[in-house]
Amino acid sequence: MSGFKMNRRGLLKTSAAVGAGLAMPTIFTSAARAYTNEPSGGSVTLGFNVPQSGPYADEGADELRAYQLAVEHLNGGGDGGMMNTFSSKALKGSGILGKKVEFVTGDTQTKPDAARASARSMIEKDGAVMITGGSSSGVAVAVQALCQEAGVIFMAGLTHSNDTTGKDKKANGFRHFFNSYMSGAALAPILADNYGTDRKAYHLTADYNWGYTTEEAVRNSTEAMGWETVAAVKTPLAQTDFSSYVAPVLNSGADVLVLNHYGGNMVNSLTSAVQFGLRAAEANGKQFQIVVPLYSRLMAQGAGRNVAGIFGSTNWHWSLENVAGDRYAGTNAFVQSFGEKYGFPPSQAAHTVYCQTLLYADACERAGTFNPCGVVEALEGFEFDGLGNGPTLYRAEDHQCFKDVLVVKGKENPESDFDLLEIVDVTPTEQVTYDASIFGGELGSCNAGT
Amino acid sequence: MFGLNAKDMRSLVFVALLLVLAPILLNPFPEGSPLAQFNAGYPDLMQRFAIFGIFAIGFNILFGLTGYLSFGHAAFLGAGSYAGVWMLKLLTINVIPAIIISTLVAGVFALLIGLVSLRRSGIYFSILTLAFAQMAFALAASVLTPITGGETGLQTSLNDPRILDGARESSNIPTPSLFGLEMGDSWQLRVGDWLWTFNAGYYICAIVALIGFYIAIRIFRSPFGLMLKAIKTNQNRLNYTGVSTRPYMLACFVISGMYAGLAGGLMVSMDPLAGAERMQWTASGEVVLMVILGGAGTLIGPVLGAGFIKYCENIFSKINKSVLEGWFSVFPDGMADFMVAIVYPFVGKGWHLTLGVLFMLVVIFLPGGLVQGGQKIGSWVTGRGRKKSAGAATTTPAE
Repeated sequence: MSGFKMNRRGLLKTSAAVGAGLAMPTIFTSAARAYTNEPSGGSVTLGFNVPQSGPYADEGADELRAYQLAVEHLNGGGDGGMMNTFSSKALKGSGILGKKVEFVTGDTQTKPDAARASARSMIEKDGAVMITGGSSSGVAVAVQALCQEAGVIFMAGLTHSNDTTGKDKKANGFRHFFNSYMSGAALAPILADNYGTDRKAYHLTADYNWGYTTEEAVRNSTEAMGWETVAAVKTPLAQTDFSSYVAPVLNSGADVLVLNHYGGNMVNSLTSAVQFGLRAAEANGKQFQIVVPLYSRLMAQGAGRNVAGIFGSTNWHWSLENVAGDRYAGTNAFVQSFGEKYGFPPSQAAHTVYCQTLLYADACERAGTFNPCGVVEALEGFEFDGLGNGPTLYRAEDHQCFKDVLVVKGKENPESDFDLLEIVDVTPTEQVTYDASIFGGELGSCNAGT
Repeated sequence: MFGLNAKDMRSLVFVALLLVLAPILLNPFPEGSPLAQFNAGYPDLMQRFAIFGIFAIGFNILFGLTGYLSFGHAAFLGAGSYAGVWMLKLLTINVIPAIIISTLVAGVFALLIGLVSLRRSGIYFSILTLAFAQMAFALAASVLTPITGGETGLQTSLNDPRILDGARESSNIPTPSLFGLEMGDSWQLRVGDWLWTFNAGYYICAIVALIGFYIAIRIFRSPFGLMLKAIKTNQNRLNYTGVSTRPYMLACFVISGMYAGLAGGLMVSMDPLAGAERMQWTASGEVVLMVILGGAGTLIGPVLGAGFIKYCENIFSKINKSVLEGWFSVFPDGMADFMVAIVYPFVGKGWHLTLGVLFMLVVIFLPGGLVQGGQKIGSWVTGRGRKKSAGAATTTPAE
């Protein structure tokens, strides 16, 4: 017995000695790369970090589809999608800088901890040179900080909180999606036109940074036109049953319910509100109304008939080019190639991540390098068109995209399963533009890692 | 040596070698080969192995020795994490204060919870700890948002005071470091096709883990540890003979909580973000799984269990459909689709299923955990020549 154990120990000792022996003559190759994960060989790896479980799983699944489509187009497959309508012509369908685009995927679980772990393993294990995705601002802020630290680029996916490019902005992070402030600014005039200026609002708010800034933005812009805020109640992100939150609304003296919820949260809370008869109710002598500041087609699909007539804002909608004309060129090209591959139109989440992937690839081409500092320089102040949102600017001060914002309404008589939202108004860029300094925060300087 | 007998010394050396050589042992497959998917030798995962090893060792001091099953240990890990991030924000970006303070804060927290929970034993104790942990989670996730960052999590930021660090030089958030040695710093060693990464943060975790393991051995072998084992065997009899067990239990609970806090402090030192969900009951359940899977009451079991679960979580969960399709592409079309359909539920998102099946197998066939499995294999290999000592060779773990 003991003889065997001595042998094992001996074996371990020997292996340690061999290991040390191997290590001796070899030079440690620290900092051999010019920047983190400089691609070597014929391919470059991108990391797609999306929620595959949790309240935003539907959005995550659609994002992943769009990423796969974008990779296919970048590598020269398919019909090229929005690469044909994109105003910058640097992309040739031969990968990025001649390297074939490969990707790894991860699950953020809509939790900052898990998202960071997943992003770290993409950077450290798989050698991803850019991380993108996410469908929650909590996750986006956490992963953006990680990417800044690690020296890779972060192309935010669906994140709508002001914080992402406001108080938590980072030099290595970029956001194509719009934000809470823009939603509030675009929605308020429409709400005033339709519901009057003497309404009393009750907010239900998802309890994390996106909920906070959305509530604040909607409050500020509606109060500015004369509305009153009766109460604002925070609900946990993981909540699935909202009946206890909806029940007190009718007796609160409010006549408008604002649901600062997204994804599965919004589907559940809206369904609850409708079941409680809020839409049929009257309060203060007026018809009771519900408003959803951030809308998406996936949510409308989840909530079904309940969305009819409810106002909200959105970054993009697949019918945009048909409704509002060819200022929004690219929309149809994208819808077509997405539809051909998957059999249904893309959601706004899919659109924004597809754009982000193309914008990153294009920036690398124009900069002639994958070096994050080169990419940052190429993206800052970049003006482009043809990605479905009309003329767009990547503002240098906060790495936020500025473009037109859509105000939409749930259709009363949808013609198909996907035709659920009706575009009410397209708010021009000037009306939603704000000063970069109002949210505080510091961009810092770009970090290329070791 | 170090006041240990030969057998314990062997365990310590074994763990030390595992920790030192982990970057090499965990990367057995050459870079670029299809099997490289199973390599685990990257800094993030290695740090997790060491950190959750510490967490499990600490939990085992409570559960393995006294049999008190705490279902709220994640609360101490979380409390340690928050304390750690606040130290990184307020005091200095050096990790030493963060690690020390997080251990102490978790200790105080454990003392408070222990004072109440330890009035009961058995299932009532488990429920009480679970209740406290869920309370802590709810507080962290929403009520105490100004202190904990709520669902967004607590992070370091550019304009933190960091009073010991003096004026800040760069326009980027400093990364946690040990007197200038950044936790993310790595040296890479290339031998043929193999690439080994030696990470500074990992080795700090490894050193702390080794110290934690050594202290655990000393506790196991001390009169204090003997008393804890006596509590497990028959607490009533101890009480009848006039021994007050509560101080022992409380000390044990606090030590165990401090291990968890230490793990939390290390976690935020490696990656300065603390999220509320690391206090959730699922996180508490995970450490119970680790200890039972590895072998409760054994010294090395919890470390193995922690490594096993973290490996499944990080490696199996990353195998997606396209990876599977790559593996099975050698088969004819229909066959390949069939294989993908069979295997897919067990990898990727479904890694919990794999873990569940393995856990069931271990509990049914190896009640003593992976350690018992190792012993069985060991005695089978050595006992083939001399069948007599099969019974003597298996030391029954103090289950």
